Amino acid sequence: MRLWLVAKILLHPLRFAQERIDAWVLARVKRQPGPIPVSRYRVYILPTRFGYGFGFMTLVMLMGAMNYSNSMGFALTFLLAGLGLVAMHQTHSNLVNVQLHAGKAAAVFAGEVSHFQIRIENPSARPRYSLSLAWPHYTVADTALNKDGKPLQGTRRRAADDEHPVTADVPVQSITPMMLSLPARERGWMPARVFSVGTDFPLGLFHAWTWAELEMMCLVYPRPAPPGRVPPGAHGGDGHTSGKQPGLDEFAGLRSYQRGDSPRSIHWKSLPKLHAPMVKQFLETIDEELWLDWNDLPDLEPEARLSQLTRWVLEADGTHRHYGLRLPDQTIEPNSGEDHRNLCLKTLALFQA
Amino acid sequence: MKTTAENYLAQSVLLRLLGMLALVVAPHLLRMPLWISLLIVALILWRATAARRNWPLPNSWLRTALTLLCFSGVYASFGRPSGQTAGTALLALMLVLKLTEMRSRRDVMVVVSLSYFMLFTHFLFSQELWTVLYLLVCAAAITAVMVESNHGGQPLPLRVSLRMGTLLVAQALPLMLILFVLFPRIPGPLWGLPSSSGAARTGLSDSMAPGDISGLIQSNELVFRVRFEGEPPPARERYWRGPSFERFNGRRWTHMPREVLRVPPAEATLNGRPVRYEITLEPHDQLWMFSLDIPDPATLPHGSYLDQDLLLTARKPVRERWLYSLTSLTDFRLEETLTPELFRLNTLLPADGNPQAAAWAQQLRQQYAGDGAAIAQAILQRFRNEDFYYTLQPPQLARNAIDDFLFNTRRGFCEHYSSTFTFLMRAAGIPARVVTGYQGGDYNELGDYFIVSQSDAHAWSEFWLPGRGWTRADPTAAVAPIRIERNIAAAIPLSEGLPGYLARGSEIAALWEARTDWIEASWNRWVLAYGPELQSDFLRRFGLVDWGQMVLALTVLITVALSLMGAAMLVRSRPVTPKDAALKQWQLALRKLARAGYTTAPAEGPRDFIQRVAQLRPDLRGSLHALADAYLQARYIAADNPQALQSLSREAHSLKLQKKIS
Repeated sequence: MRLWLVAKILLHPLRFAQERIDAWVLARVKRQPGPIPVSRYRVYILPTRFGYGFGFMTLVMLMGAMNYSNSMGFALTFLLAGLGLVAMHQTHSNLVNVQLHAGKAAAVFAGEVSHFQIRIENPSARPRYSLSLAWPHYTVADTALNKDGKPLQGTRRRAADDEHPVTADVPVQSITPMMLSLPARERGWMPARVFSVGTDFPLGLFHAWTWAELEMMCLVYPRPAPPGRVPPGAHGGDGHTSGKQPGLDEFAGLRSYQRGDSPRSIHWKSLPKLHAPMVKQFLETIDEELWLDWNDLPDLEPEARLSQLTRWVLEADGTHRHYGLRLPDQTIEPNSGEDHRNLCLKTLALFQA
Repeated sequence: MKTTAENYLAQSVLLRLLGMLALVVAPHLLRMPLWISLLIVALILWRATAARRNWPLPNSWLRTALTLLCFSGVYASFGRPSGQTAGTALLALMLVLKLTEMRSRRDVMVVVSLSYFMLFTHFLFSQELWTVLYLLVCAAAITAVMVESNHGGQPLPLRVSLRMGTLLVAQALPLMLILFVLFPRIPGPLWGLPSSSGAARTGLSDSMAPGDISGLIQSNELVFRVRFEGEPPPARERYWRGPSFERFNGRRWTHMPREVLRVPPAEATLNGRPVRYEITLEPHDQLWMFSLDIPDPATLPHGSYLDQDLLLTARKPVRERWLYSLTSLTDFRLEETLTPELFRLNTLLPADGNPQAAAWAQQLRQQYAGDGAAIAQAILQRFRNEDFYYTLQPPQLARNAIDDFLFNTRRGFCEHYSSTFTFLMRAAGIPARVVTGYQGGDYNELGDYFIVSQSDAHAWSEFWLPGRGWTRADPTAAVAPIRIERNIAAAIPLSEGLPGYLARGSEIAALWEARTDWIEASWNRWVLAYGPELQSDFLRRFGLVDWGQMVLALTVLITVALSLMGAAMLVRSRPVTPKDAALKQWQLALRKLARAGYTTAPAEGPRDFIQRVAQLRPDLRGSLHALADAYLQARYIAADNPQALQSLSREAHSLKLQKKIS
């Protein structure tokens, strides 16, 4: 291990120094509820790889201008040098004085990717361009691999799409929401970690950044077990008959799509108009109560039981049944609907064995 | 943003990049071989079309093949790909070939950097004044593309990116000026210039035959500019000495270095009024420099010396514009005693040929008993009195050129006259030689300097008198005195027609020409010639005498300029404070009170202040309290109420104060 460290210092002295400095700085980042103003005392700036290349090119030009005693060559060389220095200040002031607000983080299932919304406010009269959010390298290294050692999707910067930008402009006196994605691996509350706000704009010669940690939480539901197992009370001797024959139910309107809704219930006609899937809701004609019980799964480990219960909650919700949840220390009375489902899932997510 | 996997840039940004490339490459297209220029234009057009139509880009095999083909093409065209033109062509080709792969930000950045380099190469060929504008426009365009390639998401509007490029260049401009003036210059070159930089230039050569100089004067090319301190000498004394020739083969005159003869260098005694002047010499890739006879050895410019014939000579071929000052002493005796070897060299003639001229010279020798001055007078007299003509188009001369010219054609240019004169003197036993150089020059009133161009090229003679030394004789002056007094354009008969440039147009055109030349001269004098010497001269005026002080001043100025800019940027990025209308009205009232002599103490709130003033001015108590109440109402209690603001405004405006009653 020590040998490895020595090799690293020798091979990448700059990177090593940078990591040490980052670690020192990161240890001192305070977790705040926000908004966090980015003060100029907290903005760090370093040349990028391209910045070093640009400097080298300017040096070569300087040699050329000296060799040919070419005055216009000197002029161009010095203009480029000036450009580099100006770009440094531009990049710095492109970041200074923005404010970071904590946004929403929708609940996800373990194994999925959570999206933390961070809202960047530009209170000044100068537009800010190409601000980007990123986790520190070690966060990505920690979390971006799943158990098989393969990278999870959605964690690399390139994978960002228009809905979840990690790079965006913030016009004059406005707020732009941006997303930072982190794989959710375990159920429970997942806090947002320290992240960086940075920019290379305008010339990409320098990278200015600051570290911040907003008090944000993302609720992670247990990972649903694979479908297949049927809850004991769902069918059997209670004389339960399915009350979901098409045409028998009374149509009760539309609601927005929830994960786990069956594709058959989606109201396709409204999709092009609303751009978000809606689901047909029906009034239950049969009010058979279904109990999802911790004790029905004696063969499973506690985490696996929670996974199975999660699956059952999703299935029961998908079929619009009344269902209740029974855990060793608490009971949720049967009910149905979105709020009920979320309550059940939250209870499962936060269950302490 | 609509991009395919092959394009990093959006289509609109790619088109802008192509436009920028076209701008940067354009001036080179005329200098390069036709096939390269066509290929560059074709590749740019193809890339633009490919971007619009979404054509697939060539794969790596095709790219490699194309690149190799271009390299060998350049090699075939230029022989060796290291000269300036070849290097530039190669760079331009690489730049446009890079367009076939634009997959990542790195590729775009490579194109941008190469574009800056391309801009640099332009100045190896041209550094005229207009290139400053070109430099700034191109730099702004390249920088704008660089800004675009660093902007994620939707492409910026063209207007915005161009404005940013321009803004960045404008902000870099003061830093450029500081660096240009103060960055310590060192004398180049660092690794030697490629030989192609001294491409064939017109000018005097190291030999002279009939037709050489009349060929030269067809060119209007600038040789040097000269500015005199004080009264400039008259035209007939402005002989700018170049190489002199001692050996004659019957047709061509060549130089014989004294080192070969192992004779001591020439010596001169200098007297008379010193003439101080400053010459900006254009590069001519030769060693000789120009001066009036004879330069004071104590004032020679750095990097030059007087050769053994007292010709001002550079230590290295002059390949850059050179500004030097010099003092000449025009009253001199050059080589009062001549060694036998030199006497023999300067009277030597080919054994046969030109018998008639030789016979006439012998006759003169006997007539004037070998008196050199008298013989020279007699020859010049003949040129003056008989029908000799000064013409740019002399007829072809027969084998015995001197005989044919002297007794038959009688039409010639200065090289004919000086060559014939020298021949005759030698044939009469008087040492004589041919001197080439420039004579006269056009005066530019605007800049108070003379322009000496190739059309002022001239050849004259020198003959040697015992006790007097070398004496100048200009046979052309005998034939066409106006050539010496004024210029070539005046001396050539109108019927011959002048070369285009010599046919000067109206006065306005001449004035315009003088003005543009003056601007160009100032540009050359102050900017292009700004090297180590000029820099140290210039900075000495500000008390900066060595490198340490220069670097210190440079650092201080750059830091100050940069800090000011950085501070201005930070101010702009501060949160906007909303304009407070209530505060504005309150400040208006405060100003009125201040004029009357009441000012707020530090840490005194509005209410306390008004109470204090009201005690001092019981007459105003009512209106003062109304004002304070209205202000507190409008600013704090009912901040959104327009009526509160109105009443505050009313109170502030109605406040009337006389000066404090003392």
